Amino acid sequence: MAAMTATILHTRGLSRSFGGVRAVDNVDFDLEEGEIRAIIGPNGAGKTSFVSLICGRIASDAGEVWLEGQDISQMPAHQRVRLGIGYTFQITSIFPNLTLLENVALAVQSQARTNSFLNLSSRRLNDSAHEALLRVGLGERSGELAGNLAYGHQRLLEVAMGIALKPRVLILDEPTQGLSESETQGFITLIRQIAATTTILLIEHNMDVVMALAEKITVMDQGRVLAEGTPAAIRANADVQRAYLGEQP
Amino acid sequence: MKVRLLPSPQSLLLHLAVIAALLAANWLLPEYHRGVVSRVLVLAVFAMGYNLTFGYGGLLSLGHAMFFAAGLYGAGLTIYHLDWSIWPAFGAGIGAGLLLGLVVGALALRTSGVAFMIVTLMFSQVFYLTTLYFTTYTRGEEGLILQQEVRSLEFAGATFDLSDPSTRYLAGLALFSLVLLFTLFIIRSGYGRALIAIRENDERMRMLGFNVFANRLVALAISGMICAAAGAAYAVLFGYVGSTLASTQYSILPLLWVLLGGAATTLGPLLGTLVMFYVIDIASSHTTAHLLVVGLVLIFLVLFFRRGILGTIRARWLPWLP
Repeated sequence: MAAMTATILHTRGLSRSFGGVRAVDNVDFDLEEGEIRAIIGPNGAGKTSFVSLICGRIASDAGEVWLEGQDISQMPAHQRVRLGIGYTFQITSIFPNLTLLENVALAVQSQARTNSFLNLSSRRLNDSAHEALLRVGLGERSGELAGNLAYGHQRLLEVAMGIALKPRVLILDEPTQGLSESETQGFITLIRQIAATTTILLIEHNMDVVMALAEKITVMDQGRVLAEGTPAAIRANADVQRAYLGEQP
Repeated sequence: MKVRLLPSPQSLLLHLAVIAALLAANWLLPEYHRGVVSRVLVLAVFAMGYNLTFGYGGLLSLGHAMFFAAGLYGAGLTIYHLDWSIWPAFGAGIGAGLLLGLVVGALALRTSGVAFMIVTLMFSQVFYLTTLYFTTYTRGEEGLILQQEVRSLEFAGATFDLSDPSTRYLAGLALFSLVLLFTLFIIRSGYGRALIAIRENDERMRMLGFNVFANRLVALAISGMICAAAGAAYAVLFGYVGSTLASTQYSILPLLWVLLGGAATTLGPLLGTLVMFYVIDIASSHTTAHLLVVGLVLIFLVLFFRRGILGTIRARWLPWLP
């Protein structure tokens, strides 16, 4: 069983500097299909920079990114998204003047590859968008303006847009930041459900969330991979404790 | 509250009613005002083209005079020097606008914000100076005058004299109606929704898998075509093809018309152009300092109606206005 897993995404020698600071330094990384992987590390460890290189939001200085046997290193971000790398923003990024349904419909439209105005049926657009909203529990509020939602619900809308893209790999950048305790519990359940069909790459500061969700953890520090392993192994790792967990109260 | 990819019935009705009212105006308006409105209709087409990129696309261009002039010269030069008839000349004008939109877009869309304004302004300046450089063919500011005999249109087996006031008005209205309905449909389409969303948050749209550059390029190409159609129509309806219409002033005017009527509203460009024409018309009959009055109107507008006339109406009373 364990031997049957396939790598869905990997990087080799991925690097990026910002003005002399090596934000991401020669990272080799392998993500198995179907897993929930958490990336943790102290502030400034390069976690967001690393996933930004994967999804193409920022360009790499060196190294490669592969998705399912395809080298996507040179592709622009929008093309990577279409190939199946979904990204949800650390800072909530939605369209406040549009309704929830219209927000998610944009993602559906992109997924249907109909940038054009000819071959997208209005019914299919609405059905798929509504389905994504139902999955995150916002189905009954689809007609409200996104800007009127409470913060926690805006985060859920972000996730709805993410799953409407039907990604192969969904990158969640600190999804539970700013959520209440009960909202966070709901989020954990939601991410477990999404993981049934999608590989999840999660940047997260809240260690309870990480321990509850992650099957494997990658620890980053100063742009490098410091350690990688099961939650139990990471907990026991002396380097990690020094660099990161030791600083936790 | 479904997402509609087509205009709502009420907005479609409103637009058809506006067209019907303008049609009736051909027989109701006094001669002088019919002349004014026929010019307004053609220039409103120019403004609608501008509105597509500025209002809906969020791209502030200061060079749209070049697209208007591309149509003007594309049609004017082929008629004047090559003796083309109206239809192919009109096609040449639109083709010139499309080509220019694609070329300028491919280069200028590598920039954004202030840099985009400057780059488009410079391209337009190049176009303007080119029309002056080839004075032999264009006669510069003095311009070419298309005589009445070359301004006849073959349509549905009949010949129409485009210098006749009624024919001219109806031809202008036909073009206006076509572009108005086209705009109405395109902004509700998937493409239009993406364009508007890119205006709001381009980084978000990129990470939803949209090719932001291509989407904007298409907008600029369509805008170039519409503005060129207005320019070509201007040439054949009013018979004047001159460099004045390629000058920077004609890049600023559509911006003002659109701001006055309401950016990103379908009917705003018409209303803005109409109001501006009559403000100037009325002011200049009372004082030689009519530009002062225009300036005051604009200051008043910016202070109290920041969204323009229809934009304010939409924000306060009629949220369904497209």
